Amino acid sequence: MAVSTTDMDRETEAGSALLDARSLRKDFGGIVAVDSFSFSVRPGQIVAIIGPNGAGKTTVFNLVTGVHPLTAGEIHFGGQRIDALKPYQIAEKGISRTFQNLQIFGNMTVVENVMVGRHSRSKVGILSGALSLPSSRSEEKRIYYAAMEMLDMVGLVSRAKQPASALPFGSQRLLELARALANEPKLLLLDEPAAGLASQETRNLERLIYRIRDGGVSILLVEHDMELVMGIADWVFVLDYGKLIAAGTPRDIQANEKVIAAYLGDETD
Amino acid sequence: MRHQNRIILSALFVVIGVLPFVFTSSYHISVMIFIGIHAMLAIGLCLLMGYAGQVSLGHAAFFGLGAYASGILTASYHVDPWLAMGLAAIFTGLVAFIIGKPLFRLKGNNLAMGTLGFGIIVYIMLVEMTDLTGGPSGLRGVPSLSIFGFTFDKDIKYFYLVWALALLFLILSLNIVNSRVGRALRSIHGSEIAAEMLGVDTNKYKIQILIVSAVYASVAGSLYAHYVTFLSPPPFGFKLSIEVLVMVVIGGLSSVYGAIFGAAATTLLSETLRGTVPKLLSGAGGEYEIVVFGVILMVVMIFMPTGLTSGTLNLVRRWRQEKALRVETREAEDGNAVTGVPRVPEGRTAIEDN
Repeated sequence: MAVSTTDMDRETEAGSALLDARSLRKDFGGIVAVDSFSFSVRPGQIVAIIGPNGAGKTTVFNLVTGVHPLTAGEIHFGGQRIDALKPYQIAEKGISRTFQNLQIFGNMTVVENVMVGRHSRSKVGILSGALSLPSSRSEEKRIYYAAMEMLDMVGLVSRAKQPASALPFGSQRLLELARALANEPKLLLLDEPAAGLASQETRNLERLIYRIRDGGVSILLVEHDMELVMGIADWVFVLDYGKLIAAGTPRDIQANEKVIAAYLGDETD
Repeated sequence: MRHQNRIILSALFVVIGVLPFVFTSSYHISVMIFIGIHAMLAIGLCLLMGYAGQVSLGHAAFFGLGAYASGILTASYHVDPWLAMGLAAIFTGLVAFIIGKPLFRLKGNNLAMGTLGFGIIVYIMLVEMTDLTGGPSGLRGVPSLSIFGFTFDKDIKYFYLVWALALLFLILSLNIVNSRVGRALRSIHGSEIAAEMLGVDTNKYKIQILIVSAVYASVAGSLYAHYVTFLSPPPFGFKLSIEVLVMVVIGGLSSVYGAIFGAAATTLLSETLRGTVPKLLSGAGGEYEIVVFGVILMVVMIFMPTGLTSGTLNLVRRWRQEKALRVETREAEDGNAVTGVPRVPEGRTAIEDN
């Protein structure tokens, strides 16, 4: 399953990386949440970032997506530097994400949630919207059908017209996924997609992630479910206290002593 | 949805068209004119607050800017009233654009405070800039409106003018709400960070909708100025901002139609209170209205945070759902099955974890 165990760094330096993060650093007040962390995702890869609670994984996501500005470092996406861009501009470039603590639009229906995902792939503005010009109406139709296609992919078509807040937890996770995919991302960031899911739901998620990857979307994953990570990731980065302590294939990581010590934590002291 | 809209709109057109023939006294018609003017304010605030989720406690300021811009241009500088109305709208929209940028750095309660401050600043300027506004003694001699020699001198003519514009704003707003932009606005309300991460430039849309609501309020202000032909600062104070807020809340925060209903209910209530409170409490002035509006606002926000109309609908829906659920679980228990029971994730949940 692992694509290659050969020296990945050499290849990323050759410029084949889709996402290339160099020496990321983020300070919150006096706390260094992420410290000189470099990583990359190549096209078609499933890359995981793991680490104990508070290791800085979600912060890395927030840095990549522009939610927090970097203290130091550079982020390149598809050859362009993106670390000075606003989140909506980064989304336009083709990075989508889901959230660890769900961010469903509870005030909208299921399909409307996904339709928002088409925002940067459509363009009707406030004036043509207010005048309900034909261009606005035909675009609306296209947005709707594209959204329904995404819902079909995650199996939520039958729920399309229901309020999103009425969905059960697992389905809300799928809805976030459909919404993120509607943006037609080249890179999808999944922040603990399996948290709170039943084992059957996790297996479905795994299949879905493969399908998304096969559709040409690279995936960066933060996840606590080790079975899932070790099963699907091509490459794993391990963070502890904001620092990279190991990187490699799932097999390497599972055998790495530093990683084992970090996970067992205080008990080894 | 679109079809349904058309039916409601046609019904609204007919009802408003015949109202002046049902309530023919000049008092009633003037109240209905004020309802129309208030409706424009409420529709604008509904877009800003109900859809985009951005609170404004200073909406009366835009109304005042429109009214005074029209009043000053026509009374002091003899500009054509229609041109003045347009200029006033552009000016007010520009003010909204300028204050929008710093204002929307604030969120939630801080934004409410910011808009409150803006309302107070504008009010004080209206009082203090006496050379321009006439200050507390007011601005006289605002002319009536006329078009191609047709003067809106009679109240009934003015009624149709005001409501034609109010319905125009209603239609434009419904179109916005049902478009890509309307969805973007609601997504900001739902989760700002998720909206941004889907490519929604949240700041841009907040400012755009603030400008739209400011322009609506400005036109309403111009119409007010040409109707009463005399301007003084008090009608543009904090009390009106609260009244517009109550209109939107009563109307159901995210219903543009509701805003019109809220405007009607609030204006009628205000008129009734003005008549009855002094009779019940000797020595009580009109300011007792604000107490009543405060109570309404509190009660509605506590018990029906989505607004009075949609709150009532929600209650009915929930009651029905609960009834259906009871039936379902009873059937499930009878069949000794446990389908339909929501699964609670074990251990730590992603919602609490950050």
